[in-house]
Amino acid sequence: MLGRTANGLYWMYRYLERAENTSRLVETGQRLALTRMGTSDDEWRPVLQSAGVYEAYKAHNETLTKDAAIDWMLRASANPSSVKSCFDAARANARAVRTALTEESWEAVNGAYIEVKDLLARKLRERDLPQALSRIRRHTALVRGTTHGTMLRNDIYDFVRIGTFLERADNTARILDVKYYVLLPTAFGVGSSIDNVQWETILSSNSARGGYRTAHGNSPRPREIAHFLILDRRMPRSLAFCISKIRDNLAYIAEDYGSRMPSHDLADALHRNCAGQDIDVIFNDGLHEYLQEFLGCLSELARQIEVDYRFTA
Amino acid sequence: MANETAYFDEMHGGDGTRAPYAALGTWIEAADPADLRAKQREAEDLFRLTGITFNVYGREEAEERLIPFDIIPRVISGNEWRRLTRGIEQRVRAINMFLHDIYHRQEIIKAGRVPHEMIAKNEAFLPQMCGVNVPGGVYTHIVGIDLVRTGEDDFFVLEDNARTPSGVSYMLENRETMLQMFPELFSQNRVQQVETYPSDLCASLSACTPAATGQNRPTIAVLTPGIFNSAYYEHAFLADQMGVELVEGHDLRVVDGRVAMRTTRGYQPIDVLYRRVDDEFLDPLNFNPDSRLGVPGIFDVYRAGGITIANAPGTGIADDKAIYSYMPEIVEFYTGERPILQNVPTHRCSDPQTLKYVLDNLADLVVKEVHGSGGYGMLIGPTASKKEIAEFRKKLEARPGNYIAQPTLSLSTVPIFTKKGLAPRHVDLRPFVLVSPQGVRITPGGLTRVALEKGSLVVNSSQGGGTKDTWVLED
Repeated sequence: MLGRTANGLYWMYRYLERAENTSRLVETGQRLALTRMGTSDDEWRPVLQSAGVYEAYKAHNETLTKDAAIDWMLRASANPSSVKSCFDAARANARAVRTALTEESWEAVNGAYIEVKDLLARKLRERDLPQALSRIRRHTALVRGTTHGTMLRNDIYDFVRIGTFLERADNTARILDVKYYVLLPTAFGVGSSIDNVQWETILSSNSARGGYRTAHGNSPRPREIAHFLILDRRMPRSLAFCISKIRDNLAYIAEDYGSRMPSHDLADALHRNCAGQDIDVIFNDGLHEYLQEFLGCLSELARQIEVDYRFTA
Repeated sequence: MANETAYFDEMHGGDGTRAPYAALGTWIEAADPADLRAKQREAEDLFRLTGITFNVYGREEAEERLIPFDIIPRVISGNEWRRLTRGIEQRVRAINMFLHDIYHRQEIIKAGRVPHEMIAKNEAFLPQMCGVNVPGGVYTHIVGIDLVRTGEDDFFVLEDNARTPSGVSYMLENRETMLQMFPELFSQNRVQQVETYPSDLCASLSACTPAATGQNRPTIAVLTPGIFNSAYYEHAFLADQMGVELVEGHDLRVVDGRVAMRTTRGYQPIDVLYRRVDDEFLDPLNFNPDSRLGVPGIFDVYRAGGITIANAPGTGIADDKAIYSYMPEIVEFYTGERPILQNVPTHRCSDPQTLKYVLDNLADLVVKEVHGSGGYGMLIGPTASKKEIAEFRKKLEARPGNYIAQPTLSLSTVPIFTKKGLAPRHVDLRPFVLVSPQGVRITPGGLTRVALEKGSLVVNSSQGGGTKDTWVLED
């Protein structure tokens, strides 16, 4: 396959994953605003931070309001990570790699683009927001589903998965890092439960409320939440899960091509950093430091993959 | 302008429904118009979802548009088709022999059948191709011959497309759409299939592999200018259907005397490149130095026999509109036979006597630019305003050699489905022809383009034309 095609596939699925995560963050923010008395528009700051778009928002907006924050995350063309921009970019990449996609996957992403473009053509009314968000996620699910159900398990699929999980790991780590202080044992007595608003934000931003309940019961504890989202291999958005998937797919490529690349060593190192780690050690060494290091290694890995597989000339 | 009844209608002919349309006519009569309207909309949604769009240059707001599709098929009988294919094959063989001759001994010029200056001064003539022996002796691997019909037995070649003819993806998608929407029509009519085109194309290109490279399983790739090109959809479609890579110029480079593509595992040599990039942009080292679409040095590899380029560079000399007027002589010169397909009588404005005739009769003639395409830069006398004619007269007087003129043909009509029911509209036909050392293969049917506006004779998609599925019946 062409290096340019690997690049296009990787970014197509990164953007789709990002669109999904952003819409989930908006949903979480909106839900908190509606159900919590006394929350102010300032609560949207960590939401924007989790999406990694707060600095750019400030540069384009004088004040922080709920409407402007939602619009920035969903529709703003000036925001390259807005849901609309993500779908535009995903579809442009899909067109460029059209020959690597199955007809069904292409039609799913093209159909998603057509409907989301229409959906986000105008500012959304508050009452239309829940339905719009659910439709956006239904579309990303559809693309993922057709991809999963129709694509050959070859190097094309490996790059699709690598893009998906790199983006997801990045998102989960960022959400955790924005709220890391509420998970620190020192902020509360050991074993005490944290403020409901805070843990709800962290878990539902990761679609993890049900999963957490199943794994750890109904009372959220910082140690368990951190363990769940960083180390739990059952949780499909945890750092350990994402890294193990990236490692698997890199290994499939290595097997297929008959050669290991420097990126494989980076993925192994990252894997050692989250699999088999002890959450208490992470807390002792500093959660924030851990997440920062993780994000640094992740972007180094992404860069190395681009080099190893000749994404660009 | 001639009135409606002067046109040959392919469905209704002179009296009553013509035989090839019998079953279709019965089906249409029995159909509920509301149903057909719904189907027409369904077809559009299907096209949009599949992404069969084309980009219109210079119009930002409508960056991707659909070519309108009409659900009423055009029908050609097996008998009519056999006659057409004989004529097309003869013409395509002559074009290839002409190209070989022009880039080698130029016997046709020595024989005085085509004037020397028609070649030497022609922008489409590529001196770099002189003496180059192309793999398999094939110049035009893919040809589109534009045909028009004016009566029961009267077909004319309007244009030969010997560079990079486009539209074949519409032929295939139109059929696919019809099969999905009206399966019953295909049980009632025995329609010859077109869907083998991509595998035929692949086989045809494979058969043209350079003698020195990849004889076992040649590596083929389609070269596109990129996603902003108006025909990008087609480039991706063909690459996908053939199961080959779709490459852009920056994916390619010359490595060890071969043209190779940058894959995730390193550079892999290509044997046959189906390029959809114009000659001029193919190689910045040999042609336009500013081109960023091509591959530096590809022409040197080509000359050394390291790659097949389809179509060969320099084939434009055969489909140039000034050369077109010599096609009857060209066919006769190389095949020793009389041309089976007629040319439209063509006046070459470079000749002063002819120019005078053309200027005196502008209101009745169609005047075209020699190098124009896409229906741009032409004058259709009978439908043009006085002002348009006056403006065109000035252009013609300034550069007569740049124009040819033809009588306005009474293009046949085929019904389209409108809000008010069926209505006749003018059509042309572009059959697609594949050439390899193993022979000439013509897909039954082709692309029917239809002028959607009442009375209009311009079928180009860039000017409001649409397309139809084209059936060739088994009989």
